[in-house]
Amino acid sequence: MKHERAMKRRGFLKGTVGAASLMALAGCDNLTQSTWFPGILNKAEKLTERVQRAVTPANAMAKEYGEADISALFPANGNTDPGTQDYHEMARSNFSGWDVTIDGLVTTPMMVSLAAIKEMPARTQITRHDCVEGWSAIGKWTGVPLGDLLRKVQPLPNAKYAVFHCADVDDEGISYYESMAVADCYHPQTILAYELNGQPLDVPHGAPLRLRFERQLGYKQAKYVERVELVESFEGIGGGKGGYWEDQGYEWYAGI
Amino acid sequence: MADLIESPVTIFESQGRSEPPYLPSAPVAPDRQPAPPLKVERIYRHRLPVRIGHWLNVVCLFILIMSGLQIFNAHPALYWGDRSDRDQPVLSIRPMRADSGEMKGVTTILGHKFDTTGVLGYSNGSGRAFPAWATIPSARWLAMGRQWHLFFAWVFVINGLLFAMYGLYSRHFKQDLLPTGRDLKHIPQAVKDHLVLRHPKGEEAKRYNVLQKLAYVGILFVVAPLIVLTGLTMSPTIDTAFPWLLTIFGGRQAARTIHFIACFSFVGFIIIHVSQVMLTGFFNNIRSMVTGWFVVKHEGVSHEA
Repeated sequence: MKHERAMKRRGFLKGTVGAASLMALAGCDNLTQSTWFPGILNKAEKLTERVQRAVTPANAMAKEYGEADISALFPANGNTDPGTQDYHEMARSNFSGWDVTIDGLVTTPMMVSLAAIKEMPARTQITRHDCVEGWSAIGKWTGVPLGDLLRKVQPLPNAKYAVFHCADVDDEGISYYESMAVADCYHPQTILAYELNGQPLDVPHGAPLRLRFERQLGYKQAKYVERVELVESFEGIGGGKGGYWEDQGYEWYAGI
Repeated sequence: MADLIESPVTIFESQGRSEPPYLPSAPVAPDRQPAPPLKVERIYRHRLPVRIGHWLNVVCLFILIMSGLQIFNAHPALYWGDRSDRDQPVLSIRPMRADSGEMKGVTTILGHKFDTTGVLGYSNGSGRAFPAWATIPSARWLAMGRQWHLFFAWVFVINGLLFAMYGLYSRHFKQDLLPTGRDLKHIPQAVKDHLVLRHPKGEEAKRYNVLQKLAYVGILFVVAPLIVLTGLTMSPTIDTAFPWLLTIFGGRQAARTIHFIACFSFVGFIIIHVSQVMLTGFFNNIRSMVTGWFVVKHEGVSHEA
């Protein structure tokens, strides 16, 4: 008798705990949909950025791997083909007419051809690409240090961010763009890459030029870069949050 | 046990004092009958910092686990080492179309395939690793899952650090959680007792038993630091500042796998912990973690459950 009662009570308690979990889950969904709560969650990003910048030396290098560590297959995520007429024509001519404009808050804006970029001193690095989805791939990238390009245009003191405008447009016609702090542009491993694993970049991986910003997640690594604009704020650019993925709710500071 | 301020209150003494209503109603006239050896003792079991820390952890773990499963769903496979070789996952949870054309959920662990349709891989008509009822948000939404996860990761870490400082300063760890030599000798007996669900009573119920201590110590000093450190190892920025993290965990993907294992260690702990709370007097246990006060019944008092 007593045993039965205890069993019943335990069943009831289990039911209660289960029901409470389901209610809590529904509550979380309501909070997600609310106008105010995501703004609170988002505060964590600033804290993460402050702390990570505080504990990470400005020139701390991302781990560089050996040839043997290179992924057999480097997945291409996000847009894998800009799909525009202009781009396809460029691709047919092996991107011989591709050039990059560097402008905005700089002393001497310039347009530099892909050929001229390839003439500059290059850096090759075997690094790990960490996708926000969770997977990692290791590849050998060759490109020009972004800092070398910026030294040529001399950013003005009020330039806070470098915005990368890309040739790709998504299904809804929204142009892809990304951005990073100007300070991070001068990190030795931050390069505009034109080769992957010793071969010219192919279209899925961002031909002819893409950003490698080794200390942050994959979605920051803008492909098909055609313009670098230095700005003080993201106002008026895309959705105003500093990047295509940022406008969809991903963190601008993608250090974790 | 400095943490447990003893305040023995026999039911006879309780006459005329305002006692909380949960004490069993006492015999009315103490002088009318010989005193049976009935004694109910109230002890102050959990101090305020422990209680606050505990309930914050309940909220944090609930959210961290479920938002973590949301993040896992974005790439439902685990690997060892630094890179993800798609053909060599340690574990993967994927929807697959069977020969009959029917959708199945298939969980593959170290090459062994299991049909987990309905829960893992394929549930409620959609191909997703963990089902909607196990993720925050319930819909597939990586960006929002990350927002929840990274916010509550901070709450969890800050709460954990404050609790660690408190536990050292107040000697709560040393006095209440660290198993003594005597405790360790009692492990075989404790295992037997647990297997037959015989729970400590009287004096023994005032302190944590050895298996309880080991479970708490394991969670606090092994699993919790492990889950935080492996989480940090997944950060490309943190890896540049502390490259040894990659070395000790065997690579970023290995760290992700360990993070997942640590997560399910928490799940296992929570299931056992909550079951024990139910088996050893649910309301008494809950009250002690809310108000601090725990009731111990001494020999002679019938003790249900």
